[in-house]
Amino acid sequence: AAARGCGGAWRRAWQRGAGGPGPSPRGQRAAASSAGGGAVPVGRSGLAPWVPVVGLEIHAQISSNSKLFSGSQVQFAAPPNSLVSFFDASLPGTLPVLNRRCVEAAVMTGLALNCSINKKSLFDRKHYFYADLPAGYQITQQRVPIAVNGSLSYSLCIDNKMSQMVTKTVRIKQIQLEQDSGKSLHDDTRSQTLVDLNRAGVGLMEVVMEPDMCCGEEAAAAVRELQLILQTLGSSRAVMAEGQLRVDANVSVHHPGEPYGVRTEVKNINSIRFLAKAVDYEIQRQIEELENGGTILNETRAFDSKLGCTVPMRDKEGKQDYRFMPEPNLPPLILYDAKSLPANMNDQQVVNIDWIHERLPDLPSVKRAKLVEQYGILPEHSFALLNEDGLTEFFENVVKQTQMKPKKVIGWILNVLLSYLKQHSLTVKESPVSSFMMADLLNLLEKKEISSTAAKQVLAELWKGEGKTPLEIVKEKKLELIQDQKELEQICQAVIDGQENEVITMVLG
Amino acid sequence: GLRQLVWRFQVSAALKEGRVTPTELCQRCLALIKSTRFLNAYITVAEETALKQAEESEKRYKTGQPLGVLDGIPIAVKDNFNTAGIETTCASNMLKGYISPYNATVVQKLLDQGAVLLGKTNLDEFAMGSGSTDGVFGPVRNPWSYSRQYKEKSTPKSHSEDEESNWVITGGSSGGSAAAVSSFTCFAALGSDTGGSTRNPAAHCGVVGLKPTYGLISRHGLIPLVNSMDVPGILTRCVDDAAVVLGSLAGHDPKDSTTIQDNFKPFELPSLPDVSKLSIGIPKEYHAPGLSSEILALWSKAADLFKNAGAKVIEVSLPHTRYSIVCYHVLCTAEVASNMARFDGLEYGHRSDVNKSTESLYAATRREGFNDVVRGRILSGNYFLLKQNYENYFIKAQKVRRLIANDFLKVFRSGVDILLTPTTLSDAVPYGEFIKEDNRTRSAQDDILTQAANMAGLPAINVPTALSERGLPVGLQFIGRSFQEKQLLTVAKWFEKQVKFPMIQLEVKRHNHDVFQHQKSASFS
Repeated sequence: AAARGCGGAWRRAWQRGAGGPGPSPRGQRAAASSAGGGAVPVGRSGLAPWVPVVGLEIHAQISSNSKLFSGSQVQFAAPPNSLVSFFDASLPGTLPVLNRRCVEAAVMTGLALNCSINKKSLFDRKHYFYADLPAGYQITQQRVPIAVNGSLSYSLCIDNKMSQMVTKTVRIKQIQLEQDSGKSLHDDTRSQTLVDLNRAGVGLMEVVMEPDMCCGEEAAAAVRELQLILQTLGSSRAVMAEGQLRVDANVSVHHPGEPYGVRTEVKNINSIRFLAKAVDYEIQRQIEELENGGTILNETRAFDSKLGCTVPMRDKEGKQDYRFMPEPNLPPLILYDAKSLPANMNDQQVVNIDWIHERLPDLPSVKRAKLVEQYGILPEHSFALLNEDGLTEFFENVVKQTQMKPKKVIGWILNVLLSYLKQHSLTVKESPVSSFMMADLLNLLEKKEISSTAAKQVLAELWKGEGKTPLEIVKEKKLELIQDQKELEQICQAVIDGQENEVITMVLG
Repeated sequence: GLRQLVWRFQVSAALKEGRVTPTELCQRCLALIKSTRFLNAYITVAEETALKQAEESEKRYKTGQPLGVLDGIPIAVKDNFNTAGIETTCASNMLKGYISPYNATVVQKLLDQGAVLLGKTNLDEFAMGSGSTDGVFGPVRNPWSYSRQYKEKSTPKSHSEDEESNWVITGGSSGGSAAAVSSFTCFAALGSDTGGSTRNPAAHCGVVGLKPTYGLISRHGLIPLVNSMDVPGILTRCVDDAAVVLGSLAGHDPKDSTTIQDNFKPFELPSLPDVSKLSIGIPKEYHAPGLSSEILALWSKAADLFKNAGAKVIEVSLPHTRYSIVCYHVLCTAEVASNMARFDGLEYGHRSDVNKSTESLYAATRREGFNDVVRGRILSGNYFLLKQNYENYFIKAQKVRRLIANDFLKVFRSGVDILLTPTTLSDAVPYGEFIKEDNRTRSAQDDILTQAANMAGLPAINVPTALSERGLPVGLQFIGRSFQEKQLLTVAKWFEKQVKFPMIQLEVKRHNHDVFQHQKSASFS
């Protein structure tokens, strides 16, 4: 399943308090850094505040039919080594051929993230030996990436209150196109490594975010927003659990006014919830380490989701020198805009930035603003709607079919339906209650034919998916609102009569 | 006899008229390959598939539907081009026994036009060398070592020195292809040219060696040495043949992004080429230290020929040429280091038995698979690419490369059409003498006159010009403007007509026995 809604994610991350797993058993946790507010975590001494700095490197797998430089198909969970071309296996003499769709996806993403698109970008080879990197190098864009200098705005709540949202901006340093590696499966008992090259050569966009964040919640919110943008554009499916979105966090802490501290890189984070946890853990670990007179090593650490902590990764070769070199088999990637587009150019051979720009879909921020404006709902409601795939459409369909005001409908969607879905780990599409039934139900409520308590009961029945309409359930369960005063009095009397002891206690109490 | 035929006008016509059948032609070439086996020109002879291809071709001729002038023509391909179903070794332990699942684009094009692929020719390991002496299958012998011309003129220093120690190298690294064409075992061969690897052996073996403009012919399937300089080379016995093969290979390949987008139109060369309106440049820097007086004399004689024909002959300067060797060394080794990284023993090729860890497997595989030359270049290349060295070496070398290319641009912009230079400093040296120096020194010396054209991506051709005092071939080189192959080949054809380079008079019979033994020992060493 996709990562949780952002509200849930950051709330959870900050509810850990003292109960969260600590870096060391003896270590008393330093005062929790305040979430999202930008306030500074205070050291144990209470005197020297610490400023955490968080930057992210995000690898988004491009959603495309074929790989970045070869014609092999891209598909999740295909049989091992079934999607491997000669190039992907780095057979001698094979050459890369750039996939146009991947370029367009990167341009789209760059534009959506307010980047300037480089009309000329270059490919480089990054060398290292690894079993799942058959060529001994990865083709990437080290010198001149396809997009640079962008920004991403994201919102998060202060102190877990949905009503207090702040919007922050993180600068995007660059977006570069590069190849994914294959997968190594280590069989320790047989001391074997098995290599699956299905993923080798799949197109990635590496989005590098500047260290403008200061806590796990901010990082999580930024990544969630990016994920929504990628999904809206269709440039990546961005499902973290399937590895289509991989986040590495660079974390350091320093005192205000001092230069940045030594940073660690946290890898192996496979959900947004874990991202928040990993970053916050790492911040606390570094603060404690420093407060105890220790030093921070410039190292790569892995997040252990079971233990909830980061651990140093085995660094085999110490300092890596990637021996970057221009990729000689790919000419510079030239992009055009309306102005620079040569007249006699074949459309199939060029990528036109302006053309892509004009066709960008509404981004999540625009969609949210439109929802707020059109339905009079609160901004935080718009966030909640967009956070669940299909929920906005569900909401809009219900609104269309009911007399209830959207402002009221939203409560039923977010507080009732959504929590049902969450409880049962269902997506909106899998909901046994259709928007049509939901509208029916809300109409009964709106016409005061049932109470809101009864409506919840009806919904519980609808959830069973037995195909009954809300009205049928109401009749069957006798849930109609009783308007006749006499009838009500009789019912009350019957209740009182049946509960004599309680009545006496109450009267006496 | 048939072997004396140059192909464009004789063999093609003979095939068409049915005076010879593709099968006959193929069989005669195969027989000649056998009788010249001591040359060690071929690593693999694909007898069976060749005969099958010849049979197919014969059917086409019988039904009057040959695929073109290449149909039924026996060809050979350097063993660093991938050939589906036929071993591709790069003369390295690393790829011994490696059978590629695909054809290089150039191989496919030749086959699609009916050519008969006889086999794969010998080379320096991974094309790193200038002698065709440093491959795992042993050195290639220059057919001219066994020519009447050489024997008559070379005088053994003492009687104890028999011809076994007197044989001369082919040059390289496409020595196998040059020897194959020169000894009539095929009508055309593919080489590769990174710093002169086609032109150098062509000069030493007395054949035409064309290095086309970078980007004109697909490199897809050519196992790379230096991607930014590699070009498939064409070796033939005459310029017209080179033009035909070029026409059949040139053009855009979707599998090689560095090939030109424009359509390439095959051309025929005028039967009476005219050079009177041309301006021929003589770059003074090519008067390099070590240039033999013989070649110098031939060079000026050639210039006079052009002058006498009404062409303008002017001295020009390419001032940065002298930095070419050191610049090439950095760029070449850097790309080699990168390109060779894929040979780790996991997916294909040699894999060591050492398997303590993945790293030890890599190390042992690469130590066992590569010779000293390859390993040496990998080491220096990785050194140049280190973060702390990159600016000082790689970036500088790239800048120098640009300067070298600009030198050519300036000269051509000034109105010069073609440059005329020597191809090599001297004629071929005996093997014993050649191996006294290490590969790096030799390559540096031998590539000196050819390499700059690769740096600039320009088309260049070796035209056999005369025999040296020792009875060995000497060639001159023409360098043309980018993508102006037609002009280059026209001039080369005119020159070829003037110099009337003599036919090799090969005496083969006696050598097979001793050389067979030599080959055996070579393969065990």
